[in-house]
Amino acid sequence: MNSAVEIIALTKEYSGKRVIDGLSLQVQEGEVFGFLGPNGAGKSTAIRILTTLTKPTAGRAMINGFDVVKEPYRVKSLFGVVQQHLSLNRELTVKENLDFHARLHHLSKSERCRRIDELLDFVDMSEQADQLIDKISGGMKRRTMIARALIHRPKLLFLDEPTVGLDAQSRRRVWDLIRGMNSEGSTVFLTTHYIDEAEALCHRAGIIHQGRSMAIGSPEELRRRLGTIAVESKQEGRTSYRYFPDREAASRFVLETKAAADGVVIRQSSLEDVFIELTGRRVAEE
Amino acid sequence: MDAYTIVWSDMMMLRRRFAKYLLTTLLSPLLYLMAFGYGLGRGISVNGTSYLEFVVPGIIALTAMTTSFNGAGTRLNTDRLFFKSFDECLMAPISPISLLTGKAMIGVYRGLVSSIAFLLVAMLIAPRLDISLLFALSLIFTCLLFSFLGVFAALLAGTHEDMATFSSLILLPMTFLGGTFFSLSQVPIALKTALYLLPLTHCSICLRAAALGDSFPWASLLAMAGFLLLFSLGSMAALKRLSV
Repeated sequence: MNSAVEIIALTKEYSGKRVIDGLSLQVQEGEVFGFLGPNGAGKSTAIRILTTLTKPTAGRAMINGFDVVKEPYRVKSLFGVVQQHLSLNRELTVKENLDFHARLHHLSKSERCRRIDELLDFVDMSEQADQLIDKISGGMKRRTMIARALIHRPKLLFLDEPTVGLDAQSRRRVWDLIRGMNSEGSTVFLTTHYIDEAEALCHRAGIIHQGRSMAIGSPEELRRRLGTIAVESKQEGRTSYRYFPDREAASRFVLETKAAADGVVIRQSSLEDVFIELTGRRVAEE
Repeated sequence: MDAYTIVWSDMMMLRRRFAKYLLTTLLSPLLYLMAFGYGLGRGISVNGTSYLEFVVPGIIALTAMTTSFNGAGTRLNTDRLFFKSFDECLMAPISPISLLTGKAMIGVYRGLVSSIAFLLVAMLIAPRLDISLLFALSLIFTCLLFSFLGVFAALLAGTHEDMATFSSLILLPMTFLGGTFFSLSQVPIALKTALYLLPLTHCSICLRAAALGDSFPWASLLAMAGFLLLFSLGSMAALKRLSV
């Protein structure tokens, strides 16, 4: 299988401060890859480098084998981006925003019309086609951004916090769209603060902290490395966590330490546990 | 073609509020015309021409400067720093030259719309103005160079305040000193030399000479071309600096 994204010893410094520190990773074609890390971990900078907006200080980044620094024009037609912030033109309609993006990607008039109709249907927004961006809901804006990112049939999609600020229903709708895009052949590179989102969507996840890769693997694999069973015990108002390969080992620990039954929870570990152990922070605290 | 795509998006936006745009953009030059042309300048003549006819080309230069700079610069500044939609253009497979030209052409388009609208009103008041090819050329050059200045400033600006500061420190003094409301032959030689360093001075001189049928100041047109080159190269360098 070919690499959709390949990052080799990538480093980025701003005014002498190292934001990315020798980061290396690969994303295979057809994967949904979750890129997780606390604020300031270097996720956005890595995405800015991959999308040609910023140049690296050292190292290489490639998309479908093309170097993002040496061949930026070739690379730009290979990916689509849904940014975290609303980057639509608010004074244009939904359809005009898609049309503008299609023109920037040199689609012919007939192709533009066909693609816009297809994508409006895909994101279930045909009825809102002629509404100004300012007049539609947050969820619809996000769906418009997804449609826009897909207009030129990119092989790779960067989704930067695609569900941030959305209500539960809109969030699930976006999840369905991401699964739909992936099943149609797009590779998805997803950054998210919601670990459950990564767990639900990603084939593999990479955890980045202080510009360095801490772990890469499938959510199941990462949980196995940590221990699939978690024991939470409350002592003096603080909760401590221990991880075990199986339930027997966890139960033995509880019996041996004579922890009070009402203060102990034995449960399946999650990707969030992996994240916290590796980065030393709670995602929710950020 | 890519440059046209960028202008196209602005034309689509402007189409929705064209009347409002025209009204706001015409207000300031019409106030200048009333205050300086009718109020202060009534009965005054400059080099044998009525002050009203003298001042109209200056106000056209001023209108072209302001609307082109704001059309290209202020919009780009907002798109880049507030809406972040400029990133979408940077990530599209278009050349930096097309991108900058497109952004500047938004200013040219808006500058021409506003200047021509004011000119139509001014022609009712001063019908003897000669709207020749040289006049059109001077107007297009004026819009072009101030559009690129706007793009340059917007790409350099780190905040919205930077843009406002640039307007206050550069555009505002030019508004009153760039040969718009007075003839350069009336000022001391030292000040005159300093005023020739302002791009608007050359724009006013060219537009006025063409409109009043005087001999055309080709050196000023050349100076405008020089400023245009300077601002476009500056914009290119500023764009490259963004991706570092």
